Amino acid sequence: MADAGADTRHEARVQLGIYLRLLAARIRSDWQYRTSFVLLLLTQTLVAGLDLAVIAVLFGRIDALAGWSALEVGLLYGIGGVAFALADLFASQVEYVAKHIKAGTFDRFLLRPMSPLLQLSADQFALRRSGRLVQPGVVLVIALAGAGIHWTPARFFLVPVAVASGTAVFSAIWVLTSSISFWTVETQEFGNAFTYGGNHLTQYPIDVLGPWLRRLVTFVVPLAFVAYFPAAYLLDKPDPLGAPVETALAAPVVAAILVLAARAVWLTAVRHYRSTGS
Amino acid sequence: MRVLAVVARQTFRRMTAYRGATAAGLFTNTVFGFLLAYVLLAVYRERPDVGSFDATDAVTFTFVAQSLIMVVGLFGDSELPERIRTGDVVTDLFRPVDLQAWLLAVAYGKAAFYVIFRAILPFALGAAVFDLRMPAPALWPWFVASVVAAVAVAFGWRFLLALSAFWLLDDRGVSGLGLMAALFLSGLFVPVVFFPDWLETLARALPFASMLQVPAEVFLGKHLGADAARIVGLQVAWALGLAAVGRVVLARAVRRVVVQGG
Repeated sequence: MADAGADTRHEARVQLGIYLRLLAARIRSDWQYRTSFVLLLLTQTLVAGLDLAVIAVLFGRIDALAGWSALEVGLLYGIGGVAFALADLFASQVEYVAKHIKAGTFDRFLLRPMSPLLQLSADQFALRRSGRLVQPGVVLVIALAGAGIHWTPARFFLVPVAVASGTAVFSAIWVLTSSISFWTVETQEFGNAFTYGGNHLTQYPIDVLGPWLRRLVTFVVPLAFVAYFPAAYLLDKPDPLGAPVETALAAPVVAAILVLAARAVWLTAVRHYRSTGS
Repeated sequence: MRVLAVVARQTFRRMTAYRGATAAGLFTNTVFGFLLAYVLLAVYRERPDVGSFDATDAVTFTFVAQSLIMVVGLFGDSELPERIRTGDVVTDLFRPVDLQAWLLAVAYGKAAFYVIFRAILPFALGAAVFDLRMPAPALWPWFVASVVAAVAVAFGWRFLLALSAFWLLDDRGVSGLGLMAALFLSGLFVPVVFFPDWLETLARALPFASMLQVPAEVFLGKHLGADAARIVGLQVAWALGLAAVGRVVLARAVRRVVVQGG
């Protein structure tokens, strides 16, 4: 048993090592086209800023949204945006599986001695996507400093835990919705409703949603655990529907459950795969 | 002219092949419509109106906008830049049909498809849940004219962005920025009337409001009689202006074409 554990750990280390080398190779190749790289990085940064512009426009007209001030909504935007950007940087590439299935090139991924998910991630890894981190990152720091949080050790530790859990939630959603490609290759846009739509949704207090949609994002697609519950905990904001602020502490558990579900669905989907043979 | 009608019709038929993609897109438009509508409703719980829009106007606007995104073609098209990059555009330039007119015909073929398969259902689902405003019968011809003009305005903008690939080869940076400006300033995410005054003035002074904000306002009955004629006339002017610039730029771009490979 001890040996099997050591083997698994060794195997994971080897895979991670190869993965990092592949990422480094991708970054070097992007760097060959410097002007293009810088322009695209700038575009990505501004794209993330669009959502911020929407929030800014709304708060130009009102002082509070469903009882949340601009800085408090900034906290939601920051946590959700950073989590989304990290998932976009490392996990969104799984979308390309549809292209590989259509072209029959997914076979290659199964032949190589490395997890197909890691291969997909490395294959289309694009450092320019890190541009999406800038604006939510800056807003998160400003909101954490200015939203009037009474810092305790628990609150302090919740910030990285919430970002990590949120990243896991978005990554799992990407894997789940991309798994559908194994059955039908043209429904990719369906995933956008959950990934990009999910990112948009995490930027607002979920009290704005209708009661059924609110239940949906708490229990079915657990987006409420990405930013809303953690931010409510940091700000000690009572939930209008009576959920205790400690609900936030369940975020890592919820994320872990979703990741395990995504893993199970992905493995089933890969087993279902039949090459087009072309 | 006959050729262009055939191009539009065949584009329509080509679109019908992707049923799964249509269903997925419908789902996404509807989800975004609901999200944006709920956020705007939360704004109206703080104040009764914003600019000339009340809550019903804003929610109706949201669903009109989600229904029109694909019709108008706000998201752009990577086909032409890709053909410019690979050099395939040479084949397009050899055709005995004008490239710009050909692509506009394609845009109208797609628009017709999207009206039927991507516009009606999200609006109907929105109307099933929210209180939405329907235009008076006399307004429909103006609304149709406004959408037809909006397709041409958005096409003119997209065409210019795509032509930048002749100079840059990689147009993704420029196109990305240009499309982002169009998405935001057309009022897709928040109606232009929510903008601060200077930004609203800017959006209306540029062609972007003509792509989405104006058709939606016509739908809501914000422009009646002579005012409707004036605003649709402005859209047509933008469409013609962008088309003229597109022609000039295309003529210059063609002179730069170097056929690579053998």
